[in-house]
Amino acid sequence: MSDNNGRKHAIDMSALGRSHAGLSLDNEEIAINVHSLKLYYGDKQAINGVDMRIPKNRVTAFIGPSGCGKSTLLRCFNRMNDLIDGCRIEGEVNIDGENIYGKAVDVVDLRRRVGMVFQKPNPFPKSIYENVAYGLRLQGIKDRRVLDEVIERSLKGAALWDEVKDRLHESGMGLSGGQQQRLVIARAIAVEPNVLLLDEPASALDPISTLKLEELIYELKEKYTIVIVTHNMQQAARVSDYTAFMFMGDKIEFSDTDTLFTNPREKRTEDYITGRYG
Amino acid sequence: MSVVNNKKVGWFRSGTPWVWVSAGAVSISLVMVFGLLLLIAVRGLGYFWPVDVVAMDYTERDGTEVRVMGEQRETERVPLERLIEAGYSLENHRGDVERHLLKVGNRDLYGMDFRSVIEPDVKNRTTPEGVIVIERYEWGNFYGFLESVKASGTIVAEGAAARTELKQRLERSLALHDEIKQIEKSDIGAINYELEQLRLKQRKLELSNTFDAAQEQAISAARAEAEQRYELLQKKLTDLYAAINRDSVMVRSIEGREVEIALSKIVRIYRPNEMGYGDKLLHYFSKIWEFLSDEPREANTEGGIFPAIFGTVLMVILMAILVTPFGVIAAIYLREYAKQGPVTRVIRIAVNNLAGVPSVVYGVFGLGFFVYFLGGNIDALFFPEAAPAPTFGTPGILWSSLTLAILTLPVVIVATEEGLSRIPIAVREGSLALGATKAETLWRIVIPMASPALMTGLILAIARAAGEVAPLMLVGVVKLAPSLPLDGNFPFLHLDRKFMHLGFHIYDVGFQSPNVEAARPLVYATALLLVIVIVVLNLAAIHIRNRLRQKYQAGH
Repeated sequence: MSDNNGRKHAIDMSALGRSHAGLSLDNEEIAINVHSLKLYYGDKQAINGVDMRIPKNRVTAFIGPSGCGKSTLLRCFNRMNDLIDGCRIEGEVNIDGENIYGKAVDVVDLRRRVGMVFQKPNPFPKSIYENVAYGLRLQGIKDRRVLDEVIERSLKGAALWDEVKDRLHESGMGLSGGQQQRLVIARAIAVEPNVLLLDEPASALDPISTLKLEELIYELKEKYTIVIVTHNMQQAARVSDYTAFMFMGDKIEFSDTDTLFTNPREKRTEDYITGRYG
Repeated sequence: MSVVNNKKVGWFRSGTPWVWVSAGAVSISLVMVFGLLLLIAVRGLGYFWPVDVVAMDYTERDGTEVRVMGEQRETERVPLERLIEAGYSLENHRGDVERHLLKVGNRDLYGMDFRSVIEPDVKNRTTPEGVIVIERYEWGNFYGFLESVKASGTIVAEGAAARTELKQRLERSLALHDEIKQIEKSDIGAINYELEQLRLKQRKLELSNTFDAAQEQAISAARAEAEQRYELLQKKLTDLYAAINRDSVMVRSIEGREVEIALSKIVRIYRPNEMGYGDKLLHYFSKIWEFLSDEPREANTEGGIFPAIFGTVLMVILMAILVTPFGVIAAIYLREYAKQGPVTRVIRIAVNNLAGVPSVVYGVFGLGFFVYFLGGNIDALFFPEAAPAPTFGTPGILWSSLTLAILTLPVVIVATEEGLSRIPIAVREGSLALGATKAETLWRIVIPMASPALMTGLILAIARAAGEVAPLMLVGVVKLAPSLPLDGNFPFLHLDRKFMHLGFHIYDVGFQSPNVEAARPLVYATALLLVIVIVVLNLAAIHIRNRLRQKYQAGH
């Protein structure tokens, strides 16, 4: 049943014109190297020893049912879990060859290198300009010319410039949901991170905004390593080069997107992408 | 029958009765609030209206006939029996009798400002032409007729000519009076302040054993210079007093006694029986302005209450300045940094209970801790030169503001915490994900977004603090403060000074006044003003809050 049914739920891969690169990451440069990562909330283990290599300048998607740990894993990459009381981490996450859970790591600097976009658009109650300038101002950049330039570049990078260039000093809260999400992306790329983590970025958006966002992700991967968590398998199939399926805190399967959706090795992956649970 | 029953049950179940009950409760509350405001507004504002002066023949209880003249202030109906018991002979009467309260003034002649008359004994009621009312700095109003104007003891004008002459000479004397007041209050006050500072400086040097000849010379030079200026002013004052005491006016009371009143003692003169509606309105507003802008006279029963308004507002502003950082920092620590657990829960319960402690208890605490302990130690450490006179070791505006700041601290903490807890985690994470530290996130995002809630807390705090009287009586409010806590002498804001307060003023005028009848309308007027001051302070805070809300409106 798998093939037929699978296609119904997923996407016709050939239509997207992707090559079948196979499972090997030998040709890829590795951006994030996760080594036997375990995460506990108090006594409860949420991630049970995950090993994963995330390639540079590619889009990697995490899929899986709710509560499987995919967002938690994503938040390990910029240490957002540090903020949660009783959260404890074992193992290593190497970004640019450095274990980010090492003692000497500056979290603030790490978060500058690893940007993040959240599920709900969360612009600050400031002007569009100040939203994008926020990260730069944190770094102490005050020069108006530098700010203007970076803000224009970032907003262009987030495909928002044309829509907001005449009202940069109006509140960012006044934008539509999709625009807000792109504003947040602009804000994230303004500080020039290497990695961009997207935590279900389209779940609060309407279909047209989602489409725009996906196009944007496709463009952004030229410059950034992108990791995206999504509930929406079609979306994973559309935007990602690699996909990891997670279940109950385990990485079940990780391969290039085409293979995962068309020819999964694991039974559980197949069950999930064909809609048997989740 | 059952249909009717069902209808009733249905009506009951629909919730309609509860809507009516709720609406009724709201209406009753509104009626009470507006009724209260209306009562104090009418009673308070009516006081300033110039009432016609009536003259009458009146038969006293012992049968003597007198001429009485005054303003008819109040009228009430009194049961006949009570008046008969009081000694009135009213055998031919039936039912209640009207009794009027007349403000007859002329306290120097009659010993009191008010008297009551009963309607049956009144004859020939008129509103005579030519009555003048003289408001004086002492002895209250004079009601009578103008005889002549005198200069240096000789009559310069009589009859009709006296009116215009009086007007001109009064203007002159009022201008002189202003000048004298300016010199006495500001100029001489400043010199006195300077001399006191010099004395303290010398004493300080003596105490530290560093008082040498050079310094002694410098200080005596400065003192001599100040005293020289003082002498000059004193001379000028002597001249001014001579000038202002030149004129006087002869007036005759209704029963024919002649009185000479120096123009220097006169605040204003008016003729209510000859005033048109427009004149009365003008007089009314000038009286209100006097009430708002002048200092009190005659044991607070006359004049204005400006020092009390000023003291109240300044004290509340100082309180707000003190309580905001305290409360906000405490709330931030409790909500953002402290580990949530039994300890924070106990702290929260304690904070909430602090809001329920009777305010006078805070007053006692303020007196014991701030005034005696803190103030006493500050004096011992920093102002030994002033001893034995206390500087901060005595009630003052700083301690009052601090006491009220503690009193209102729980409100600010609770409101700010509430505001902080409402800032979505998503926004905080957004900031942290951009490389902001927790402190930066708090400072740049969370606190601005929580500022409307902070303002709400501050509004509640202001509303509570502005109306508090009991603790202030212990820690800094006085019946009559010689000088404002803010003036032109360096360092301008004198936090150690005592001050006047509208709430205490109401208590003082209403209950401690030697002249109760005269003071009663002032109680209403002051109460109205207190309400207005609180409303204005609140409106200002609400305006700021709305601006902040607009600026930092949380989207979703």
